[in-house]
Amino acid sequence: MTWIETLLTGWASLRTHAMRSLLTTLGILIGIAAVILSVGLGLGTQKDVSAEISSLGSNLLIITPGSSTDSSGIRGGFGSAATLTTADVDALADPVAVPDAGGVAAERSTSLSVAAGSTNWTTTVTGVTGDWLDVRSRSLLSGELVEPDSVDQVVLGTEAATELFGSTNAVGRSVTISGASYTVVGVLAPAGSSSETNLDDLAVVPLAVLGRDLVGSDPSSVSTIYLKATDTATISAAYQQAQTLLLNLHGITSSASADFSISSQDALVATATSVYRTLTILLTGIATLSLLVGGIGVMNIMLVSVTERTREIGLRKALGAPPRVIRRQFLTEASILGLAGGVLGVGLGLVAALVLPGILETSVVVSWAAVAGSIVVAVGIGIVFGVYPAARAARLAPIDALRSE
Amino acid sequence: MSVPVIELAGGRKTYTTGDISFEALRGVSLRIEQGEYVAIMGPSGSGKSTLMHVLGCLDVLTSGTYRLAGNDVADLDEEELARVRNLEVGFVFQQFHLLPSLTAKQNVSLPLTYRDGEHGLGRTGRDAAAEAALDRVGLGDRARNRPGQLSGGQQQRVAVARALVGDPALILADEPTGNLDSVSTDDVLALFDELHEQGRTVVLITHEDEVAARARRVIRIRDGLIAHDEAVGATGGRAVGAAGGRAGRVAR
Repeated sequence: MTWIETLLTGWASLRTHAMRSLLTTLGILIGIAAVILSVGLGLGTQKDVSAEISSLGSNLLIITPGSSTDSSGIRGGFGSAATLTTADVDALADPVAVPDAGGVAAERSTSLSVAAGSTNWTTTVTGVTGDWLDVRSRSLLSGELVEPDSVDQVVLGTEAATELFGSTNAVGRSVTISGASYTVVGVLAPAGSSSETNLDDLAVVPLAVLGRDLVGSDPSSVSTIYLKATDTATISAAYQQAQTLLLNLHGITSSASADFSISSQDALVATATSVYRTLTILLTGIATLSLLVGGIGVMNIMLVSVTERTREIGLRKALGAPPRVIRRQFLTEASILGLAGGVLGVGLGLVAALVLPGILETSVVVSWAAVAGSIVVAVGIGIVFGVYPAARAARLAPIDALRSE
Repeated sequence: MSVPVIELAGGRKTYTTGDISFEALRGVSLRIEQGEYVAIMGPSGSGKSTLMHVLGCLDVLTSGTYRLAGNDVADLDEEELARVRNLEVGFVFQQFHLLPSLTAKQNVSLPLTYRDGEHGLGRTGRDAAAEAALDRVGLGDRARNRPGQLSGGQQQRVAVARALVGDPALILADEPTGNLDSVSTDDVLALFDELHEQGRTVVLITHEDEVAARARRVIRIRDGLIAHDEAVGATGGRAVGAAGGRAGRVAR
């Protein structure tokens, strides 16, 4: 009996019990679709997060106050004592002290209501220093950035501009913040939104204006310093230089008791990637379990099939089918079930991968390796779980088999 | 003289279940020549089914020797037994044992699909052989019908065609008319007569005297031994001699 004939015979006998074969296939189908989707969702989320983080600039160091615990167990004041000041910003911008810094910008934000005529909009008002655009990789849609020394200039993000003026044509108009009037001198180009903050819903003012006129306390304090290294290769050198300088300025001898912390985008990307990889592995593991259940379904149905077809097996053996041909016959049927489940499962997975991003607003990355692997695994499951039923069929003694009713 | 189709010497078969063992064949010697038409009779429990299984290579002897068409099958493993069955034995069963999902032609060509190597046939060769065998049993026009669309007699004739198709040394029929009405029985028995006239070796296992009466030699089994072996006439149930005739031979 040739392979083609074995395949055709297997196909014919599966079609005899079309409903049963279909239900058996369903187990594998769901498992394979689940594997493809969980791998796809994992990779997609990982891609989204990495892209979001890298869009901020991959050679950026972020310096924030606090986040250290001193020897007496008192946590350095994140948000309490303002440990970072404009003096630190000026020192970091010194090319002699930090030669690998390509730009330094500081930020301090607060949430305030901005009014334009009768329209009120609560947005993030951010005080910035001069190099802010370059260091944060932002650009302007129109106009220019606020002058660091100005007292009545503001730049709006696209969303804030649209909310206040109905369009991004806001340059030259004026807004009121905390009772004082400011002229819009520029509108930022859209940067999208990260999961935590909307990068387009903000109003930018000079850092000094924010501290002095809008917050009214600690005019020299800053909440975040961004330090852009000259290159991605010099980022660790810049890190060292910035750390040494700030420790000196703050009179701290050990980096373990620093009252600030420095993080890099790379570290964030690495952390996020490892978190999502773990999630992907977890999801895939669960999906694989469902594949296992599908495989047991195949085995169950093949055992039923062997019992049901005892007489047929006996007859075929009486007519001269050697055990290996019988074994091959049942293995082929089991792998057809696996293959059908695999192919249909990949189909379902691909459809879901097309539909889901629209619903969940996350990317689903279809990995062709996962698709090919899934089909191989599905056929493999058919074979593995078909071995025992096939061996049972091959072992049947023809006389007993023929006698069975 | 040519090689005998069946040459069984001192055949014993013991079945063991747990501590209990049962001797179904207690030393049977039997020789059947090419072209004989033999009926094996015996009450149930006599060992006739076991003998049939041994003759058809569906089972092997516990001791003794058995040669089928010159092949010593005593020590063959399952694969080799399957090969001998395929080449040398054509089975006809009481329950027909046709596969319901296959057409008559596909059922008939089934034994040929298990042949490979020097005996292997391509698809067209198998189809031609199956069609010829169906013509031979007078069902050439029902080749595309499935068993469910055929009467019992027709189904058994398809089964006979399947037994013939591989040109075996021995046609072994186990109660071939047990499930048939009298008209179909005559039909099928006439077919066996014809096969005999054409020189085929036919062995029928039956408990019906009228079926056995068609044979030229009747072997009676009792308690695992051959009790009686005689040549008989072509038409009647009369004995023509206790140990005479063409090949009659009393065992032991």
